[in-house]
Amino acid sequence: MAVRKNQATLSATEKRNFVNALLELKRTGVYDGFVRTHNEFIMSDTDNGDRVGHRSPSFLPWHRRFLIQFEQELQKIDASVTLPYWDWTVDRTANSSIWGADFLGGNGRSRDSQVTTGPFAYSTGKWNINVSVDNRPFLQRELGAGSAQLPTRAQVDAVLAMTTYDMAPWNSASDGFRNNLEGWRGQGRVHNSVHVWIGGQMATGVSPNDPAFWLHHCFIDKLWADWQRMHPTSPYLPAGGTANVVDLNDTMRPWNNVTPADMLDHTKFYTYDR
Amino acid sequence: MSSNVTRRLVLRGTAVAVAGAALVTPTAMAAARTATAGMTGHGGHDGHGGHGAPAAFDEVYQGRRIVGKPATGEHAAHGGFSASIDGKELHLMQNADGTWISVVNHYETFATPLAVTRAAVDKLRGAVLVPIAT
Repeated sequence: MAVRKNQATLSATEKRNFVNALLELKRTGVYDGFVRTHNEFIMSDTDNGDRVGHRSPSFLPWHRRFLIQFEQELQKIDASVTLPYWDWTVDRTANSSIWGADFLGGNGRSRDSQVTTGPFAYSTGKWNINVSVDNRPFLQRELGAGSAQLPTRAQVDAVLAMTTYDMAPWNSASDGFRNNLEGWRGQGRVHNSVHVWIGGQMATGVSPNDPAFWLHHCFIDKLWADWQRMHPTSPYLPAGGTANVVDLNDTMRPWNNVTPADMLDHTKFYTYDR
Repeated sequence: MSSNVTRRLVLRGTAVAVAGAALVTPTAMAAARTATAGMTGHGGHDGHGGHGAPAAFDEVYQGRRIVGKPATGEHAAHGGFSASIDGKELHLMQNADGTWISVVNHYETFATPLAVTRAAVDKLRGAVLVPIAT
């Protein structure tokens, strides 16, 4: 069984293997397909219309399936690789080791936010931004430059304490665990504020251009698993018959063969190190 | 005036009316869509869930020309407002609480279309918006 680990605990070899697998998926074009798919859902998921990947109950199972598919692609390159997670309640500065030249590379430079260190720097010729909202071909980051703060452990704990998975109107205005974790409301704006804190492509619809996307969403996925363990009698909602959103046993686009119910037990696919 | 002439005039009048209706109707429907989009928009002129459509704008901000106006068609589904930066469309979306996001600032909400468009200019740092390859 594959074990997903905290990125802060990875060995030099584990970091190198993960990075090399990312670079290979980028080279073959498989990586950019994931960026494109994510943006298509970002653009089409609306609060009053059909919504699958974001601002809806299936935010968590959709991203779980998306990450599993990406991890399987990494494992075709190197069977030893699993997605690491980034606990931003602990590793929360621009000097944290996650931003080292041996892993994700550092902050963008002040002039144009361009990442110039590490394996995803434009100068390597191995990480051109092809699926983009503008004509800049390089990865950008603006760590902590905006108004957003990384969520604190206390803010995360407050969200984990919520007993109801989701509630009407099942969108960005909902109360409950899912929307407070996704961060359209609530203290800390948990998931959303991490995207904003990193800045650059991470703040846009084409956020998976930054490999930090996978480590961030892996931690969001772990928080869902933690919440399930804390609230074993709280089910995924809605159970059925709800317009525009994915009920428990509805299939999710773009796969059309997987339901939220299929995604509830992550231990069928992987486990977390703690 | 013979009855034939009278009837012909009446028929011609009817034909004109029908043709006129055919010409006018699409415009009227478009106007109705615009009005509907405006009425269902939640980001009022005060930017905090007021009634009516958000204010249109056309200004130069940080050297970029930004234009925003009520939209119809597919844009209406996303809040009834479209925006551009130097003539290139900026994809906007309105949230259920009346706030706005764009494809450039997707995870941070802004009170008005003007505010989210200015924020996109800030993020672009002179770069040009491009349609995303699909």
